[in-house]
Amino acid sequence: MDVVASILEQSAKDAEKYKPVSVNKHLELEYDLGTILAIDNNELDTRKLREKKNDYLLNLTRDNVQLLLNKVWDLPTEQIDEAIVVKLPPSTFVLPRGKPVPKPRPLTKWQEFAKLKGIQKKKKGKLSWDEQLKKWVPLYGYKRAAAEKEKEWVLEVPDNANPMEDQFTKAKTLKSERVSKNELQRMRNIAKARNVKVPRVGLTNPDVSSAKDLQTAVTVARSSTASLGKFQDKLPKEKEARGVMELTPGATRKRKMPPASSDQERRQNLDIVDAVLNKRPKIDIEKAVARHINQEQIERSEEKKNFRPKSGKKGNRTKKLKGVGKKPAGGRGQRKGKTSVGRKRR
Amino acid sequence: MAPIQRVVKPTTRKGKKVLLAREPQIIEGPKRAVIFQGRRTSERVRNTLKDLYDLKKPDAKLLARKNDITIFENAAPVEEICRKHETPLFIMGTHSKKRPDNLVVGRMFNCALLDMVELGIDSFEGLRDFAVPKITLGTKPCLIFNGPAWDQTDEYKHLRSIFIDLFHREQVESVRLQGLEHALSFTATPEGKILFRSYKVLLKKSGCRTPRIELEEIGPRLDFTLRRSKLSSEDLLKQACQKPKALKVIKKKNISTDGLGTVHGQIHVGKQNITGIQTRKMKGLKKTIKEKKG
Repeated sequence: MDVVASILEQSAKDAEKYKPVSVNKHLELEYDLGTILAIDNNELDTRKLREKKNDYLLNLTRDNVQLLLNKVWDLPTEQIDEAIVVKLPPSTFVLPRGKPVPKPRPLTKWQEFAKLKGIQKKKKGKLSWDEQLKKWVPLYGYKRAAAEKEKEWVLEVPDNANPMEDQFTKAKTLKSERVSKNELQRMRNIAKARNVKVPRVGLTNPDVSSAKDLQTAVTVARSSTASLGKFQDKLPKEKEARGVMELTPGATRKRKMPPASSDQERRQNLDIVDAVLNKRPKIDIEKAVARHINQEQIERSEEKKNFRPKSGKKGNRTKKLKGVGKKPAGGRGQRKGKTSVGRKRR
Repeated sequence: MAPIQRVVKPTTRKGKKVLLAREPQIIEGPKRAVIFQGRRTSERVRNTLKDLYDLKKPDAKLLARKNDITIFENAAPVEEICRKHETPLFIMGTHSKKRPDNLVVGRMFNCALLDMVELGIDSFEGLRDFAVPKITLGTKPCLIFNGPAWDQTDEYKHLRSIFIDLFHREQVESVRLQGLEHALSFTATPEGKILFRSYKVLLKKSGCRTPRIELEEIGPRLDFTLRRSKLSSEDLLKQACQKPKALKVIKKKNISTDGLGTVHGQIHVGKQNITGIQTRKMKGLKKTIKEKKG
């Protein structure tokens, strides 16, 4: 018993020696240990604040820091390299981000297609054995171009090719075309991802463009005449490219949306039947009157043609009479070409 | 049609890394601050800017030149500065007859102004005016907000959020106990003043595990008054406070932990098939030949 009492006495003495770590507060503080933050909603002592501002603030803050660090010291600790480290909980005070939450990168056109078709990427080795050269050739990069050059030191001239054509330059241009096409596609993917409208690109080199591209080019070119392609010939069974409506204003828009409901469809069909069955010759009064007047005019002119003046008076008069006749049909006369030169006067 | 946006393709590997680092990240690092002068500044404002720079130091940039900016009329130049320096936080110091010793503290979201608060400096004593040993650079401070006023108005709430954003440094998982040596106190008085104090924390023996805390003022000592402010709209703030889906903890069903840390699992058994169950065999219940066939 004596030992216990002495120990208690000793500890009490020790405690007296040090200042206390506990603090009394009217209202509990709000803590966020994740950010090491304490919010004290207790009323401030206005009199002390006015008289001894800095001392009061020091004491107030000391108490609050003591309370905050008491909480921090209670957290689970671990030792890392002779330092005692405390594990902080996730912070509860919500702070805004500097930049928005990243969005997942949209798929490229090829990736979309591959996903749809279930095409998976094949892993290719960095080096592959070349039978012809008898050595390992990298897939791309350093020493690849040299190997290619070594391999293709001679090129065959195809049967139908121009014998004077340089096959090496041809291969080179084709390669550069492919590269630029790929760059174009890359840019198109970026534009799609950023939702930017880019103008339509014209036809790329026919050697590297697809059949669809060529079809588009043909359709657009055909409609690019003054008469919007109305008089252009067509091959039998030739198809028009789709999705180029804004570039071919003369094209007929044949397709219609399918009717939304069966009721609507029925009404549409009945309308067509009605229109066919109820067909009657329409009388267009204006047109009829015009035709009548025209007929009269023709008759009158016939009369005048047949009428011969009994006595010739003046050449001037006969000329005028000649002008009254029917206008010459277009395209039959001889063209003189432009005679007057200079500014057009009005 | 508007001109097409140019796509910058990095030519070097390092350039690519820089461009990638500028893109939005799931986990963002410490928010950096740019500190600069407005059209005209006073000695006091310049000293304040310098001291705030010293407090924020590894994550701050102090610009030397004056900038002809009236931020409450047109925030675009400040947005440009923040975009250029990659800093979502800014502090601008100005001085005019109408608003002497003025400090504008604000934040950006996605390179556009989120919110800002204007503070007037009533009194200032700098870091150098306190001849005491200072703290180590870049320590995470204890932030203390005193006074009931902080929760009362929207302006105070935003200002508190800005102060926390400015000084809390970084979201960390763990912290060294001996490294907690800085305390910042923000006191909102009933008269409408904001008192900013900075202390060094001294850990003393207390006879028990938790130490006795003593504080020593290291400066700067600043008294502010609230002036104009431009707060963010509700939906923009909500958008800015969005948490990435990748960081959200998905709660697993049927697993729970009790107070003692024991994990409990709940198992759901489906409905038992009792129609086809084999019960006791008896002659009377035997199927007749007719039943078997049918």
